[in-house]
Amino acid sequence: MSERRIGVYVCHCGTNISKTVDVEDVAKYSQGLDGVVVSKDYKYMCSQPGQELIQKDIKEHGLDGVVVAACSPRMHEPTFQRAARNAGLNPYLVEMVNIREQCSWVTDDRALATAKAKRLTSSGIAKARLNRALETDFTAITPRALVVGGGIAGIEAALKIAASGYEVVLVEKEGTIGGQMAKFDKTFPTLDCSACILTPKMVEVVQHPKIELMTYSEVQRVDGYVGSFEVTIEKKPRDVDLNLCTGCGDCTEKCPASVLSEFDEGLSMRKSISTAFAQAIPNAPVLDRESCWYYTGKAKCQVCARVCQANAITFDNEPEIVKEQFGVIVVATGFDILRPEEGNQWGYGKYPDVFNGLQFERMSNASGPTDGLLVTSQGKEPEAVAVLHCIGSRDENYREYCSRTCCMASLKFAHLVKEKTNAEVYEFYIDMRSFGKGYEEFYNRIQEEGINFIRGKGAEVTKKGEKLVVRGEDQQLGVIREVPVDMVILNTALQAREDAAKIAETFSLQQGQDGWFMELHAKLAPGKTAVEGVFLAGTCQGPRDIPDTVAHAGGAAADALRLMAAGQQEMSPVSAYVVEEYCTGCKVCISLCPYDAISFDEDGKVAVITTALCKGCGACVASCPTNAMHLRHFEDEQILAQIEGVFAG
Amino acid sequence: MNGYEPKIVAFLCNWCSYTAADTAGTARRKYPANVNVIRIMCTGRMEPTFVFKAFAEGADGVLISGCHPGECHYLTGNYKAYKRSVGLEQVLSDFGIEPERFKMTFISASEADKFASVATEITETVRKLGPLGKVRDRVKSYDEVFVTGGEVSG
Amino acid sequence: MADKLKFAFYWNASCGGCEVAVLDIHEKILDVAAIADILMWPVAMDFKEEDVEALPDQHIDVAFINGGIRNSENKKMSQLLRQKSKYVVAFGACANFGGIPALANFHHKESIFDRVYSETPSTVNPEGVWPQEITEVPEGELSLPTFFNTVYMLAEVVDVDYYLPGCPPPPDLILAAVEAIASGNLPPRGTVIAGEKSVCHSCDRVKEEKKVTGFRRIHEVIPDPERCFLEQGIICAGSVTRDGCGTRCLNVDMPCRGCFGAPEGVIDQGAQLLSTLTTLLDTDDLEEVRSIIGSIPDLSGYLYRFTLSDSLMKRRIVAELKDKEVASH
Repeated sequence: MSERRIGVYVCHCGTNISKTVDVEDVAKYSQGLDGVVVSKDYKYMCSQPGQELIQKDIKEHGLDGVVVAACSPRMHEPTFQRAARNAGLNPYLVEMVNIREQCSWVTDDRALATAKAKRLTSSGIAKARLNRALETDFTAITPRALVVGGGIAGIEAALKIAASGYEVVLVEKEGTIGGQMAKFDKTFPTLDCSACILTPKMVEVVQHPKIELMTYSEVQRVDGYVGSFEVTIEKKPRDVDLNLCTGCGDCTEKCPASVLSEFDEGLSMRKSISTAFAQAIPNAPVLDRESCWYYTGKAKCQVCARVCQANAITFDNEPEIVKEQFGVIVVATGFDILRPEEGNQWGYGKYPDVFNGLQFERMSNASGPTDGLLVTSQGKEPEAVAVLHCIGSRDENYREYCSRTCCMASLKFAHLVKEKTNAEVYEFYIDMRSFGKGYEEFYNRIQEEGINFIRGKGAEVTKKGEKLVVRGEDQQLGVIREVPVDMVILNTALQAREDAAKIAETFSLQQGQDGWFMELHAKLAPGKTAVEGVFLAGTCQGPRDIPDTVAHAGGAAADALRLMAAGQQEMSPVSAYVVEEYCTGCKVCISLCPYDAISFDEDGKVAVITTALCKGCGACVASCPTNAMHLRHFEDEQILAQIEGVFAG
Repeated sequence: MNGYEPKIVAFLCNWCSYTAADTAGTARRKYPANVNVIRIMCTGRMEPTFVFKAFAEGADGVLISGCHPGECHYLTGNYKAYKRSVGLEQVLSDFGIEPERFKMTFISASEADKFASVATEITETVRKLGPLGKVRDRVKSYDEVFVTGGEVSG
Repeated sequence: MADKLKFAFYWNASCGGCEVAVLDIHEKILDVAAIADILMWPVAMDFKEEDVEALPDQHIDVAFINGGIRNSENKKMSQLLRQKSKYVVAFGACANFGGIPALANFHHKESIFDRVYSETPSTVNPEGVWPQEITEVPEGELSLPTFFNTVYMLAEVVDVDYYLPGCPPPPDLILAAVEAIASGNLPPRGTVIAGEKSVCHSCDRVKEEKKVTGFRRIHEVIPDPERCFLEQGIICAGSVTRDGCGTRCLNVDMPCRGCFGAPEGVIDQGAQLLSTLTTLLDTDDLEEVRSIIGSIPDLSGYLYRFTLSDSLMKRRIVAELKDKEVASH
């Protein structure tokens, strides 16, 4: 017989649990189990009265263990741990049993669900009988933040953190900050120009005394843990000395080598030594070695260095590797757009007048390749333009999700076409999703501009004579429409960057099925990740528009600031420890640890854990041949008891 | 074998497969009520001892599930679990346990449907194979079969 | 000297090595003889079951019983000796954990008999004669003990006071046990007379990084005599085996086979060795993992060489018995 005094609390969760599970019966059953001194059911355990019920029992019955059979521990474990702590019970003496997500919600049969709930509760009680009080440690937080990615999300996060008085290093892999937003022409729904709202922020970044900007740089490696990350950053050789360069542009002008401009989405040529756009920050070019005549061996050239009056250009520089210490990290690495592959049904890549959304932005942009003129590949103003929504989004063959930006962007495109040309505009859409503030009003406004809305996805683009023909089902009329146009704009899906997997590995992040980085909780912690001290800002976590990106980045900054302001972080006590009297000195554990948290004491001949490095996975515990390695809260005896508990009934 | 409800024990890692099981619940995706989940932080914590213990106690099937290869929250815990599982498969077969009764899978947090179908599949396969019972009952019953009137222990 | 102690040595399912081990204490046997009379020792003395039955209960001071419980006679004699003895010592790996004979638990009675009485190349048994428990002969009825389906540990049929593991137990531990008994300075009941940590603790081989690319058997390589066997990819059970043997095998360049059973705190030696061993494999290629682990010959035999009776699973499930088994529930 156990000497523990355990209270069992079975939650109805309104009817979420009680509809399928006979909660009274589970409570009654638990009452008879070893160590249980009190067992109750209640409508909402997580509510204030529910928590008070538990707290009262802890005091009245002198409980040294609490089992809450309710929702997933991922949902409310912290709630009940807090309640226990406030009632004087160590939070690690609380055991949660998941009878909602993993029982009542997945079972129809009441008898089977109730039987399962009893098994799970019995298992949880068995664990509670062996749970031990655990004390939490604190780790100091270095008051310095790393922000990775210089798009609007990274800029916003960096500025917010810096404005609060903390040092920030902003790392951007391109030669300039600005990200995708720098390519846009106007922004919906207000139609203010993107550059007008972005570039002042870019300038603020470079001028901010608390922000150190590292462009043309990439994070190679992250060591350490929350509060003390050691980050290895590679500064790629730009061959242009930022301290000397005046941004005069002479080198660009004289450079003989040209390639397609990535910034202009291939719609223009750029020089081998160039800045991406006029307002680039820092205002200094990057020498692209892939196309440079000197580096490719095409010629000795070096004309750029010769014309540079500031002597800012040198050749054959080595990458510079720096190691920096940070307390927190904000990942804001952004998105890419889907570019339909060869042979796609929309003629993308085949017909020169089929554009993606970013290409349209560049074309429409006054500083873009056509100086803002909308013209076909023949240089003529189009008579008709089709805008296709949901290309690759909401499509099982590409991306299942909605990209959340395209409806509004498409309306914006329609408006810009109308503003700049006399063309007819046809919008092919599945549903019009105008969910944001001012979006429905924007939709209404655009509707009044004489746009042809065709409810149905643009299924195919073919060429007939001089015209492109967009084919699609008009669901409102119930007919197949074939619309001849001169220009087609595909609003393609936002997707995770090609290098997202590599970034995930570097920062130990998880990716969802669709490649976006996983947040800790979809609703309650959208900016946190499973790695403590690493936060997500903007579209690297999922598709979102500018207002949402800025809000998300602000949230990530707040998460980062919270840690730095507190100066310390509570560490989970779920970590491994060595029972020295059992350790045989075999060294099996040492190379198993993915975090190098285990070292060997050659004098005592025993393994030693650096608790701050241990993340509590338990791999060493499972492989320790002598049971010398233990994991707090997941002890062998606890897990074995849980197994027994399943079969106790 | 009427009314036989197999008992399955599932050891799920906190970050991927346990979350997938939660997601299945949130999506109200139904699957048989036979899978009893024990949460561990990482499948790297999974010991063959736990699997043997479950079978000894009367599990009719055991499921281990972790993050996809390359996606482990602790970098490599799922590989460690996989190595142990491959060895376990062999040893369990020497113990006469049908291979269908033990499974290691990789299920990410978002794969609610996969979790539900894996849970359904192992339950229904094991249902067909029939109950195993507890090791101690089994050992005793064998020598009752072999030893006429023999009470073995004590 | 006061009354001499009374010892009994008995063997159940064993190879006889434990009997020899008693002699391995060499001239010290004379010291034992000086303090104790040996009342029963089937390998050396003629002393019958009836003679033991005739003794008063607890007449014997210590019964050293080796061997696992393979048949009804093993069980009966163990129970008889328990009744007649003050202390019972489980002597050697077989009495402690089933030992080598318990590897037969991966089979069952019918398949063992099949193998022994018809399948082996050296068996000539054209009439298919199998041993019968009862045989009628003109003189009357002859009986053989019942062969159990499972090999049990001694502790499963009688209460055991002390455990002396090893295959066989080493002389120093035997002497330590005898001395403790002679001096009356006995450890708590249930004590294992051996070390607490595992063999690695006493093994002098250099231990560095444990990452291997494959597993090999000792006869397939010329091992580095200075370096940990596991690190050379040679399966060595030392890490999961209770210390106390004096690293006898390792000293002669043989990997530990595990005869002292699991160290304190480890529930199932084979399961733990499986866990430890497989994770040493330094590849994350799933196919490669499968092919390397799959190529270890008789993995289960390696893991449970001495401790199958003491394992969580205990034995193989006999498919042919499934229905009977279910009916008995």
